[in-house]
Amino acid sequence: MSADSHSQAPSVRAGALLASAKAVFRLPNDDPRKTIAVALVLCLACSVVVSATAVSLRPLQERNAARALKSEVIKVAGIETADMSLDQAFEQIERRLVDLETGEFVEDADPLSYSYRDAAKDPAASSAIEEAERAGLQRRPDRMPVYLVRHAGELQTIILPVYGAGLWSTMHGLLALAPDGRTTQALTFYEQRETAGLGSEVAGQRWLSEWPGKVLIDETGEPVIEVVKGNVDPDAPNAEHRVDGLSGATLTSNGVTNLMHFWLGEQGYGPFLARLRDDHRG
Amino acid sequence: MATQSARLLLEPIVDNNPITLQILGICSALAVTTKLAPAITMSIALTAVIVGASVIISLIRHHMPSSIRIIIQMTIIASLVILVDQVLQAFAYELSKQLSVFVGLIITNCIVLGRAEAFASKNPPWPSFLDALGHGLGYSLILISVAAIRELLGSGSLLDVQVLPLVKEGGWYEPNGLMLLAPGAFFIIGLMIWAIRSWKPAQLERPEYRINVVHRTESR
Repeated sequence: MSADSHSQAPSVRAGALLASAKAVFRLPNDDPRKTIAVALVLCLACSVVVSATAVSLRPLQERNAARALKSEVIKVAGIETADMSLDQAFEQIERRLVDLETGEFVEDADPLSYSYRDAAKDPAASSAIEEAERAGLQRRPDRMPVYLVRHAGELQTIILPVYGAGLWSTMHGLLALAPDGRTTQALTFYEQRETAGLGSEVAGQRWLSEWPGKVLIDETGEPVIEVVKGNVDPDAPNAEHRVDGLSGATLTSNGVTNLMHFWLGEQGYGPFLARLRDDHRG
Repeated sequence: MATQSARLLLEPIVDNNPITLQILGICSALAVTTKLAPAITMSIALTAVIVGASVIISLIRHHMPSSIRIIIQMTIIASLVILVDQVLQAFAYELSKQLSVFVGLIITNCIVLGRAEAFASKNPPWPSFLDALGHGLGYSLILISVAAIRELLGSGSLLDVQVLPLVKEGGWYEPNGLMLLAPGAFFIIGLMIWAIRSWKPAQLERPEYRINVVHRTESR
């Protein structure tokens, strides 16, 4: 396009552009100019199609993900749901937001509309924590949602969302603790893209069923849980702090250890759990 | 012309089946066939991708620079796979989770690229459409049959409806755990290939050469 083309009427310019585009497509297929033109047009067309689908379907996908999260929470909470709908069952669970630094409940925000994933990306709602790097995270949200299950007023289960890097993906899970704030009741990973058949077993019932009863935190409040290579000797003195590794998926197993240590530690839910343990004793 | 079209459509279903004759797409045939529902979803997804890719590639076949031909085909296939994956996540969330990476792996499924390169890039859209549909149906037929056998023998159910009452639930059927593992699918596909080749001896392969004894030092 030369400089004087700017002075022409837009329709003439568009016509000239179309003509030159046609000329390019009349070139022999092996001409480098045509190769580049075809590649550009193809990439443009494909990216428009892909992004249009992704954007237009996102609300539906988010609704599905929210429903799936609810059913996961209900599952780890161990609530009997036979005669009620998902939403009714979810209503029985108390949802709160926790300020991770102080370990106190936050009263001024709505836990239902809070997304820890959005918060982790928002510099105003998250903080950079060096320790988080071990779990493959750059930032940590300042607040996290927790779910509390009560039976006749008595606290039964504390459900903590946890996440961290595995080998390929960020694994998102839910950890259900007993009221003592140290013992696992259930664990699930509801979102992960680890190696199919090996690391993906992290979300499999067989492995997850090893977790109930494991003591994650010792008397001093330090996270001591570890996913070890191979099998745990049930007679070993520290067997209650050890979980069998996933065979063929050492890095996924290490990822679980790391994310547990981060989320149960000082920078994670540590202060909240400490407060809870004091309440439980007192 | 009609017989030509019928041949294009029907041949890949048994006579030139992508799984049992061409031995392509085995990975997904092993991975998603423990239950019938994901196998059906996977079949629909692959058929949609292969048909879409073949028609698009056939439409632009006169403008494909040979130097970036394969990349163009892969780009089109990959875009369609993302499309299908997004649609599944929106409308069949549970199934899309069960299929996990395998929908994404349609990109690398040799059947799709094979038809794009071998047929669609040299033929007009209508024959390409029929050829792709035939191959999609051929793949689906095997996938769904394998999944039906595996779910029936491995879990005693079909589409999650209990057909054979299990021993642990007070019935008489002891499920065959092997069917739930990948080797189970290998055996079934092997038996199917045997059956089809006994029925249609034309599919038997002549040995191309005698295999030498080679000591492989490959390690993983």
